[in-house]
Amino acid sequence: MATPKPDILYRNISHKPPAQDWMDLPLEIKPGRYCYSVDPSALEAVGMPNARVWNPLDEDWKLPENWRKTFLDGMKDRLERFRSFKVFMDICVRCGACADKCHYFIGSGDPMNMPVLRAELLRSVYRGEMTKAGQILGRFAGGRELNEHVLKQIWYYYYQCTECRRCSVFCPYGIDQAEITIIGRELLNLLGLQTEWIGKPVANCNRLGNHLGLPPHTFKDNIDFLCDDIEEAIGIRPQPTFNKKGAEILFITPSGDVFAEPGIFTCMGYLVLFHYLQEEYGFDITWSTYASEGGNFGFFTSHEMMKKLNAKMYHEAERLGVKWILGGECGHMWRVLHQYMDTMNGPPSFLEVPVSPITGTRFEHAASTKMIHIVEFVADLMKHKKLNLDKSRNDHLKVTFHDSCNPSRGMGFLEEPRYVINKVCNNFFDMPEGTIREQTFCCGAGSGLNPGENEELRMMGGLPRANAVRFVREEKGVNMLANICAIDRATLSASMDYWVPEVSVCGIHEMVANALIVPGEDRQTDLRGEPLPGKEDE
Amino acid sequence: MKAIYSLILVVALILIAIVGAGLLGIGYLFGVIIPYLAVLVFVVGFVVRVVSWGRSPVPFRIPTTCGQARKSLPMFKDKWNRLDNPGTKLGVVGRMFFEIVLFRSLFRNTRVEMHQGPHIAYSSSKWLWLFALMFHFTFLLIFLRHMRFFTEPVPGVFVMMDQMDSMFQILTPALYLSSVLILVALGYLLLRRLLVPTVRYISQPADYFPLFLIIGIVISGMLMRYIGVFKTDLMPVKELAMGLVQFSPTVPDGIGTTFYVHLFLVSVLLIYFPFSKLMHLGGVFLSPTRNLPNDSREKRHVNPWNYPVKFHTYEAYEDENRKAMVEAGLPVEKPLEEETEETSGEEASDDNAEKKE
Repeated sequence: MATPKPDILYRNISHKPPAQDWMDLPLEIKPGRYCYSVDPSALEAVGMPNARVWNPLDEDWKLPENWRKTFLDGMKDRLERFRSFKVFMDICVRCGACADKCHYFIGSGDPMNMPVLRAELLRSVYRGEMTKAGQILGRFAGGRELNEHVLKQIWYYYYQCTECRRCSVFCPYGIDQAEITIIGRELLNLLGLQTEWIGKPVANCNRLGNHLGLPPHTFKDNIDFLCDDIEEAIGIRPQPTFNKKGAEILFITPSGDVFAEPGIFTCMGYLVLFHYLQEEYGFDITWSTYASEGGNFGFFTSHEMMKKLNAKMYHEAERLGVKWILGGECGHMWRVLHQYMDTMNGPPSFLEVPVSPITGTRFEHAASTKMIHIVEFVADLMKHKKLNLDKSRNDHLKVTFHDSCNPSRGMGFLEEPRYVINKVCNNFFDMPEGTIREQTFCCGAGSGLNPGENEELRMMGGLPRANAVRFVREEKGVNMLANICAIDRATLSASMDYWVPEVSVCGIHEMVANALIVPGEDRQTDLRGEPLPGKEDE
Repeated sequence: MKAIYSLILVVALILIAIVGAGLLGIGYLFGVIIPYLAVLVFVVGFVVRVVSWGRSPVPFRIPTTCGQARKSLPMFKDKWNRLDNPGTKLGVVGRMFFEIVLFRSLFRNTRVEMHQGPHIAYSSSKWLWLFALMFHFTFLLIFLRHMRFFTEPVPGVFVMMDQMDSMFQILTPALYLSSVLILVALGYLLLRRLLVPTVRYISQPADYFPLFLIIGIVISGMLMRYIGVFKTDLMPVKELAMGLVQFSPTVPDGIGTTFYVHLFLVSVLLIYFPFSKLMHLGGVFLSPTRNLPNDSREKRHVNPWNYPVKFHTYEAYEDENRKAMVEAGLPVEKPLEEETEETSGEEASDDNAEKKE
């Protein structure tokens, strides 16, 4: 089914709920809004249960015989293990403050995309199956029995939540639908109800170290290609090292950036930056082909899978004998690193508290985890004037910044990227209040919801962000949407094409590298091969 | 329909009290046994629920950060949002204070407006915050004001509350400001549920029932105080209340039926409380997205049930890819075994040659 044209899609959005009570709504799994089911081989590869061929559009999902017990036992187990889950099942008053905060509700009008009802899908099962009141009074107490219809509803709508946490900012009790979705998906995965676009990267990442499934030599080749392109653009070829034992720092970034536009320009940005630092200051950083993935689709699968994939980072850091780890631009990757990694796989006693070898700054805020964000690292370099920058090279850009959900609402990482942007370009304009910082909108397809087949959903979810971009486009002439997330770069490119086609998308380090004056360079073009401002005629 | 069912339920409760205490005259049941039972259920139920939440651990440090983080780099220090992104335990106390006492998160509320366009706007929407705050504070005040029935002599603070609440001296006895405000607030909360389409859609009987119940409590209380036929002599009521708190319950004569309706509805509220969404009173303190400092990279948070998970080690990875790694010039831990070197080695170097062209 083709996605409708933007104006038609917009016109058809109605926030008026249907006449039927939501518990009575029939479930229609709409092409364009769901993700394909996972190939059984991907589940088998990581030892996940109930791998089989099934199709969400079929009546029969070939559920295992004891699926109800599996699901309910799993739920009870998680109620005992996660206070968040237990409290969030009990205390919602349905005030509705979250209802119109979800990008999917705003863009689709589907009432089940109100965070409160998404949560009620699981809560109704909790009440109906696990509380006395719900068992006796049933629907009058908001309880439902878990049956196939309810399970399918949960599946459909828990893969229409990007775990962005915007609802939790507005909830008076801090109820976080991301947390409920994470656990809901964990339960679905007990029944083999994974999606292809999450399950395949998980299997790849487990085996080969990155989501794309690039074997070691291909990963290296891809980066070599990027070095070729850099040589063409600036006349200098960076010499990155791989799996280098005894390097000072290990660099890990999402593999998407070594593979597709516009992420590759961000990756080229890292390479140029590292080359500059190596030449100027003897900076010693290495890439790993084994821990070649910053992202963690295990986070979208289960807590256990998140831990399993994340374990490689410390494992590789220890093997290589580096002092600390530097992480690239990525959203959910940074939530995992900031809020989960040390707890799951730490403490990394073999690492040292990160110290910038160039400025001497000691990053105390990462004293335990021993991993810092490249934007923090670069902001510190800029503060100490260690980078020779020519801002005017980005004068053709009018830039706005999309705060990624996870760094904003899972870290409070708001000033750092703005600081760096303002150091490398002259025209920066924030989008309106209420659409940025902790209230930022999801790109529209986080948490593994960025395959091809759910395009309509992605465009709906991308609407609130695009709407704010359009505003600064009209007011300030913005033509570049910067961000610090690999998924953003992929997703926003598509949603900008659809909603605001005049605006391009880039990572911050693409702009950093374009502004960086590298000794011995011969630059006529930027990293995209387009002429630099003032060099158009040459 | 959900609202009507809930209303019928509350009316039925009122009838039970009228019939039981008024017509049949079983004042002891409604004045002593049920209130004692209700307090017992409330206290035990509340504690059991909070303890059961507390027994589930907090495996990960997951605050929702709603502002700039503390010390990332010194230059952002003055931008640190201490209240919405606390970095220390003391900061968390501050965050929780504003959350619980002033409903800070609800204060952020916005409303989405879809214009012809595509054009979406967001406007500030503070009515819910205002009336929710009004409801909770007047409820608290009314609760405290009632302490003058349970204390003898009445501590000055309760007397003062009573005087301030009735300072306008409208009507005799003087109208309590809090009674008016709580009715306004309850009216808003009820009408909002009934009239705002999305809120109506998400509402359940469990949302209407406590609203009607509390409205019933407030109105029965006001009838007793202000309206002739419903007026109740305060002396025996105080005697009953004092008897209850001193564990020597007596049921004095001359207590009107309206009082029993009032007391019965309060008892039902107490019994209903621990099994309902009203437990947000306790739960809000335990919400892990609000009550933890954002310091997880600085200090390790321990998960009590963290268990080892097998992962694909570097050794296994190298074993599977050694040949390709050697060919690509990547360092390896173990040297390549002799037999595999010949054939594919050349292929790879051909590949490399192509790429250089």
